[in-house]
Amino acid sequence: MIRSISLVATALLAGLGAPLSGQEMTAEEIIAAMDNNLSSENQVLTSRMVIHGRRASRTIVSKSWVVGTEKSFTEYLAPPREAGTKMLKVGDQLRTYSPQTDRVIQISGHMLRQSVMGSDFSYQDMMEDQSLLDMYSAELEGSELLDGRESWVIRLTARKPGQAYPLRRAWIDKEWLLPMQEEMYAKGGKLLKSARVLEVMRTQGRWYPKVWLFKDELKRNSKGTEWIVDEIAFDVEIPDSRFTRAALRR
Amino acid sequence: MLKFLVKGVLRDRSRSLFSIIAITIGVFLAVVYRGFVAGIFDDMLRQGAIMMTGHVKVTTRAYAAEAELMPVDLTLLGVEEILASLTEEFPDMFWTPRITFGGLLDVPDEEGLTREQGPVAAMAIDLLSPGSRMVELWDLENRLSEGRLPAAADEALLGAGYAEKLQVGVGDKVTIIGATMHGAFTTYNFTIVGMLKLGVGSLGKNLLLIDLGGAQQALDMEDGATEILGFYHDIFYVDESAVAQAAAYNASREGRGDEFSPHMIPLRDQYDMGAMIDYMDVAVVIFIGMFFLVITVVLWNLGVMNGLRRYGELGVRLAMGETKAHVYNSLVVESAVVGVGGWLLGTALGLALVYYLQEVGIDYGALMEDYNMPISHVMRGKITPDSYYIGFFPGVLAPMVGTMLAGRAIFKREMSQLFKELET
Repeated sequence: MIRSISLVATALLAGLGAPLSGQEMTAEEIIAAMDNNLSSENQVLTSRMVIHGRRASRTIVSKSWVVGTEKSFTEYLAPPREAGTKMLKVGDQLRTYSPQTDRVIQISGHMLRQSVMGSDFSYQDMMEDQSLLDMYSAELEGSELLDGRESWVIRLTARKPGQAYPLRRAWIDKEWLLPMQEEMYAKGGKLLKSARVLEVMRTQGRWYPKVWLFKDELKRNSKGTEWIVDEIAFDVEIPDSRFTRAALRR
Repeated sequence: MLKFLVKGVLRDRSRSLFSIIAITIGVFLAVVYRGFVAGIFDDMLRQGAIMMTGHVKVTTRAYAAEAELMPVDLTLLGVEEILASLTEEFPDMFWTPRITFGGLLDVPDEEGLTREQGPVAAMAIDLLSPGSRMVELWDLENRLSEGRLPAAADEALLGAGYAEKLQVGVGDKVTIIGATMHGAFTTYNFTIVGMLKLGVGSLGKNLLLIDLGGAQQALDMEDGATEILGFYHDIFYVDESAVAQAAAYNASREGRGDEFSPHMIPLRDQYDMGAMIDYMDVAVVIFIGMFFLVITVVLWNLGVMNGLRRYGELGVRLAMGETKAHVYNSLVVESAVVGVGGWLLGTALGLALVYYLQEVGIDYGALMEDYNMPISHVMRGKITPDSYYIGFFPGVLAPMVGTMLAGRAIFKREMSQLFKELET
């Protein structure tokens, strides 16, 4: 699910992935194919995050520039209180700039567990930048119909201790090669987060998630956060200056 | 006769001095102990109410269910309207909104980069509204070790020890990092204008005290507060009244509104304060009862000893023709005179010390640094109405009863044996 943000991020970048549903594939091959579909050299996207709180829903609009899984720069455009807030991720460093305080703050330690703009995902989720196969061993549990579509069910087990989600289950659409549903569990088996693709779109020759629903399952009465990709462009040129601390204050 | 006995008591020091000193000390200890216990418990309730619970507290139902997590997303909104309604409905109380939240305090260097960072417990109280009693109740002017009180919403007070640890001085700008009521990451700048020495254990160590308006801006919480605290005007907690008031308030709203509707909680139902109140009631009775028993027995024994010590004198008086009843009555009256003298003196001295404790107190903060309790570091006493007469029983009645018991021997003495006894 962490992946989800990366996925949407990377999803936007993704290269072309050929449907492989008719072939016999191992779990690792399925994950690799999905990663390939969702990743790209770089991407620029405009998205909306609709955060369904216990009281009301809020919509956050942002524009992101992403290079691989290492670098990303996000500027929040709306609502007015958040407008001008920027976030820079380079490797394992995450910094945020708030125009209200004119301060650049590095987000680290326990702050990484905080919610991004009140949504259902955390900064830690955003920081996940390794490929799934680097972090998890994959096991094919079988196939299931999900919303009437054929999907592989993959069980992912963390290769090393210390992962935020030691266990995951992903339902990967056999045609679109997209993780249509994902569940993230704690070591003890408790469901921590879930993600589901509600709508897909065809862009630049591949299928991408258009609307995701993320849910922090530990939040009481959580209605989840929708992430809607409004615009996306792959493989556009992004200058290196975009990913500098100076860019945060610009 | 009374005048004669008083003169006798005053002129014969062997009859009065030791007894009066003993009774004075006993009554003094009794009055001081009563005042000390009352002061300690009163201070615990008062400090707890001011800093944590109020005499009653109004929050949303959802916040009340998760209060220990300080969930700012479940905050009360429309606070102005709720305050007006509470003030109208409960005129014997005054109401004040508050926001408590946790976050990180970030101290920048000259280039605006993080120099120091640490967790902070932020509390926003109404410091700036005209008529607010928060500065008085928190005793902020006396607890300010450096600087001044905030005069604007973006000014803050920081715990003196924590400020030293983070190397923050008066006039420095700090950034608080936290989450808004919508859960969004937020940063907000405050200028530190003063350092606090709260003297309430480790509770005050990481405290950032700000005005309500500053917290509302920082947390995107317009017209919001996590809690509204209600206090009786004389800041004296009346448990039965507060419990009944909260029950009536909640009952009148039963079945109405949602999880964000106001919900009233009396002091008793917060932070296990109920158990403490019950313990205090029992403890007062037990501690004071035991202490008084000891003092009473000592002074009673004094009366008995006085009677026995004067065995020979009484024999002479009987031999000279004084009636037994007269001798007995004179002993009892003498005992009462000595007792009243000791009681008045002991009460006066005891009240003086308790008054000193009440008004000035004794700072024992060095012993309390590691205790996470809302107890003041200044030992306080409290003069209660019963402080004036509580010494009467051990000071006057106990020696009198002792004298009466010892005096019974007068009636058992045989006149025929008196001269024989006096010869030996």
